[in-house]
Formats: sequence, structure tokens, C-alpha cells
Amino acid sequence: MTPALIKPKPRNPVSALRLPTLPPPARSRSALRLTAAAAEGRLELQHCADCGTVQYPSRSACVTCLSHRLEWRETNGAGELISGTVLHHSNELYYRERVPLRLGTVRLDAGPALLVHLQGDCAAAPSRVRVSAHLDKSGQAVLIALPAEDTANMADDPMLREMTSDPKFRKVLVTDGKPAVGQAVAMAMVEAGADIVWVGVAEPWKQAPGFDALTKLKQIEIVPLDVTDEKSVEELAGVIGGKVDILINTAEFHRTHTVVDRGTETARAEMEVNYLGLLRLAQAFGPAMRVRAAEGSAPATAWVNLLSIHALSALPSHGTFSATKAAAFALSQNLRAEMRHAGIRVVNVFPGPIDDEWNQLVPPPKLAPVALAEAIVAALRDGIEDVYPGDVAQDIVTRFRESAKVLERELWDQ
Amino acid sequence: MSAALLSELAGALAAGGVRVVDLSQTLSSRFPQIVLPPEFDQCAPFRVEEISRYDERGPGWYWNNLSFGEHTGTHFDAPVHWISGRDLPNNTTDTMPPASFIAPACVIDCSAESARDADFLLTAEHLRAWENRHGKVPAGAWVLMRSDWSKRSDPVAYQNFDETGQHTPGPDARAVRFLVEERDVLGFGTETIGTDAGQAAQFRPPYPCHTFMHGAGRYGLQCLANLDLLPPTGAVLIAAPLKILRGSGSPVRALALATD
Ligand SMILES: [Zn+2]
Repeated sequence: MTPALIKPKPRNPVSALRLPTLPPPARSRSALRLTAAAAEGRLELQHCADCGTVQYPSRSACVTCLSHRLEWRETNGAGELISGTVLHHSNELYYRERVPLRLGTVRLDAGPALLVHLQGDCAAAPSRVRVSAHLDKSGQAVLIALPAEDTANMADDPMLREMTSDPKFRKVLVTDGKPAVGQAVAMAMVEAGADIVWVGVAEPWKQAPGFDALTKLKQIEIVPLDVTDEKSVEELAGVIGGKVDILINTAEFHRTHTVVDRGTETARAEMEVNYLGLLRLAQAFGPAMRVRAAEGSAPATAWVNLLSIHALSALPSHGTFSATKAAAFALSQNLRAEMRHAGIRVVNVFPGPIDDEWNQLVPPPKLAPVALAEAIVAALRDGIEDVYPGDVAQDIVTRFRESAKVLERELWDQ
Repeated sequence: MSAALLSELAGALAAGGVRVVDLSQTLSSRFPQIVLPPEFDQCAPFRVEEISRYDERGPGWYWNNLSFGEHTGTHFDAPVHWISGRDLPNNTTDTMPPASFIAPACVIDCSAESARDADFLLTAEHLRAWENRHGKVPAGAWVLMRSDWSKRSDPVAYQNFDETGQHTPGPDARAVRFLVEERDVLGFGTETIGTDAGQAAQFRPPYPCHTFMHGAGRYGLQCLANLDLLPPTGAVLIAAPLKILRGSGSPVRALALATD
């Protein structure tokens, strides 16, 4: 059984910092499809549309019938561990730091045999396992076999923890803790076992219902942070920048402003928070988090951005807001590319309308702040990179992938 | 008028016989800006972003870009700021007569009352009582309401919001009309974030100081500091807004000249 994670000791300040190394990143374009599915927590493999063969690794033709009609489809990871081995040596810097590693071959019930990492609780071959796809520190999919049934402390396995960002014992910054979403996220981090949750507060003179109760929790520490103010962001980074393991950017400015409503002030204010705020945070906190990405006992691990499903396709009735979220999405993709060199996971969250005061006239279903917070915790625990929480987000992302143009027209009247 | 007057002033300034009192708050992102209900467009807060600081962005020099609303920090309200003053002549920051930027100041000490009651209202009776002690408010003078509010360095205490809105002292409607109609003042200045009281949205008419002062072409100053360093009468206030084309107001470096 995996030993339960114990709260990590602070790093010995005179020992050298372990610098981030990465598992080998090169993957073929077709193998990136495995990565794309793993980014959303799914195992997808190539299925032959003609004969039904499921194959791995991916190829340009079916290994059984040579058909080119290969489709990537979600695949059940249940299977049999047929052989296992322990890797003691590797020439890759990343693996050298992590040996011994358990590897094995699993025959999926769906057909193909896969070379996988073995979670420590998997029984020796032959045994039943579940294979799932996770993103590794390079942001590429790797396959991990878990025991058929959950075991105690399963998530505390060192290899799994390398690929996930469970908030347990971690130090978390929630950039704006006053609105309902920020409060819910901060609370969810406390409940998920975070060691410290720093909660940013801008414009402290504004009252927020429920906020006082949050401030009374012992894990919560209120810090001044206004993402529209370069100085404020830098000053906070100067104090806690070297300690934040998970940064969750909940700061959001949202008004129902269309592009023909008069004035640019609302749009500018939205851009100051939703786009430039993220940029300021990235510049102030990004470099320190990158350096600490491999710190032995308690590394920096994840950066979460609260975007909107309308970052993908604009909602004209919230026109300027959609535009800032699209800008933030583009920025976040770039941030992910920058943070990848250290293995910091950048998680993008694309909710549909949240049940808050700025979506009063949006008909249900709307996403409750608590549900959004739970989705963020789940994404961190499962190592998921792109999250579409709630029915509306799921529906819109599906329609977006079917036809972006059809969706664009359908959103005109919403 | 003799040229000696100005050299005498210059001499007194150099020798310290005339003090220069800084009536301005420091412009920084820490100083709170006015808050309107969220359905209205907001005044942009004061922000500084570095262009370079002797670094790769500019090796030998340090400078910043600024952004802020016209009504940020210690600032001047021009008559055009309010709808009641919108059609008056010379009602904008670029057209107001520069002579009005230097004028005598009467300081009404309301600090004790404001300490007791954050919603304290300055009335015409208070003004008459002040005149009984210090003489009639002269035409063309600034009337400054000292509340010691500027000493609240905590922005939460300075803004003083609760669920019923803001609680800061200010003048009532009759006091404003008295100053405009019976004393012909140049304008009204406060240490709080507005020339009107925090609850003035509920008054009849709402925002009487903005309504009557600007409706009569008079000015406003807010977020003043150091009014406790001024005598009740005799100080000269210097407050010149930036010359913004058709501007409704501007941050100012407000100064007062006072003798001991
Ligand atoms: Zn086939």
C-alpha cells in the first residue's frame, strides 16, 4: 500500500535547489492525439473504423487490415498486467532522479498491449489493472496503470504525484478571494488539505457577503493583491512568490457590455483585470515558480486560470467580456508554453455562465461557484489541463468542435 | 500695485515668514478612488507602470507611464463635471480663468463633529456661528471643510462603507446655497472623497454641493490634506488643474500660503 503522504519538511536552505528536468518530450503528431485526450482526463486510442482493431502505439494504417480509416476514441483502460519490471538506471536526467520506477506491460480488454508506468499498489503480474493517460511534466501523455480497485493513499504515489497537483499540503494563492467564486475556491483548497491558502483582496473597503467567515479559517491568510496594479502584484510576489506551489487566478471583471454600447471604459476595466492582470501575475510569479518546480519536498506545481467557455466562441450579449477572455486564453496558451520548460502545469478552466450577479438575466443552468471550485480541485488531483465544468460548457465545447461557424451563429441570440 | 509686493512675498517665502503648506495626498495606487454603484462606468484608479528603471528597457533613466481618471487623488472639480454646470461659459479645465486658481481660503473646523459622527452635516447655522468668531466669508474665497478625514491612512476607514453606502461628512443643501447665493464663494473643498457627504445620494436634491456649486459655475476640491495646519482665515490657496481640453477636473498639487 502506498504510504500516506506526510507533510513535507521545509527545504534545507543550504542544500542546492534541485533544478527542473523533464521527461523526453518528443512525440509524433499522431501521438499528440493521446496527449490531447489526456489533457481532458480521457484515454483515447486509435480505433479502426473498418475492422474494429484498437491499436497502440498509433500508426498511419490499421495493423490488422491496413485501413487508413483510423479514429481516436475514448477507450476503456481495464486490462491485465502481463509482466512487470523495475527500472533502476536511466540515461535521461529526469528518470535518473526518480529511479527505481515500476514499469509493466498491460493487455487491455480492448485489445492492444501497452507499456505503462505502474502505480506502486499494482499487484505483481498477472493482475487486473486500470490504465489511464496522464500528462507528465513535459505536458505529454504517459500511460499509468492503477490497481483495479482504489487503494488507501493511492494518489500519494510519487509517480502519480509527479503528474498531478493535488492541493494536499500545498501552498496556494487565490488571486481574488472576495467574490463568491474566489471564496468557494479558497474554501475548496482548505477542504482539499492545502497547507496555506493566501487569499488576495483588492479594494479592501468593499464589503462582500460571506467573506468574514472565510477569513476566520486558520489556513487562510488574507493578502493585499490588486492585479490591475503592477506594484501591488510585485510587492506580493516579493513576499510569497518563492513559496506559492499552486496559483489560482480567479480575478475577473465582468459586465454585460456589448460592442455597440457606448464607451471603452468598461472594456478597458475588463481588459485590465482579465488580460493584463494575468500578464502581470505571470511576470511577477512565473519565474519564481519555474525555479521551484523540482524542489524536492514541496515543488511549485500548477497555475490555474479562470477563463470562460466564451473564450472559444464569443457571446455577443457579453461582447467585451468574451473578448477579454479570448485574449486571456491566448495569453494562457503562451504561459503554458513558457512554464512547460519547468513542468509547471497550466490549467485552463472554461466555465459557462456562473451563478453570480453579472449573469442575473442568463437563464439556467448556471454553474454554482461551489461546483466550479470542485471542478478545479478535481482537475488538480487528476492532472487535467483543460476543464469545461458544467453542462453548458460541455455542450458548447462539443458544438465548437463540431462546427465553430455553426456555434458562432447560434450564440448570436443568447 | 507695486512690484515690491511680489519681492516681499518671495523674501518672506525664502525666510520662512510665509509657510507653504502641502494640501495634497500622495498619488499612489494605495489611495482609494471614488466608487460608484457597479452598473455605472467607474473612474479609473491611479496606476503607475514602469517604462524603464536603469535597466535593459532604458539603461540610463527611470520613468513611468501613468493612468488615472480626472477625479483621482487630491483633485479639482470644474463646473462642467455636473449636469447643472454643463452649459456655463468657461466651465472646463482649459477655459476656467487662471486667476481663480489662487484665492483666499476660509477653514471651517468640523473635526470634532466628524469624529463623533461620520455622517456629520455642515449647516448654514454652523457657518454663521463660524462667521461670528472669524468674520464674514469674503466673496471669491474657497471654503474648506476640515474634518481630519485625511488622517485616516487606512483606505477602509477613509472610504467608510457599510451596506448602506458611504459614511463621510459633508455640507447640507442649505449650507451650500448660503455659500453660493449669500457669500458668493469661489468653491467648496473637503478632505473626503467627495465635496458631498457620503450619504448625499439620498439628499434632496441628491449631491447638493455638486448641484449648486457647479450650477453656479463654482468649483470643488476634494481629498485635501493638512487643513489642520491652516488658520481659519488668512491663508491663500493655490490649486491649478491640468489644462486638459474640455476636462471636467484634474488631480492637483494643492498648496496654501500661510503666515504664522
Ligand atoms: Zn482495421
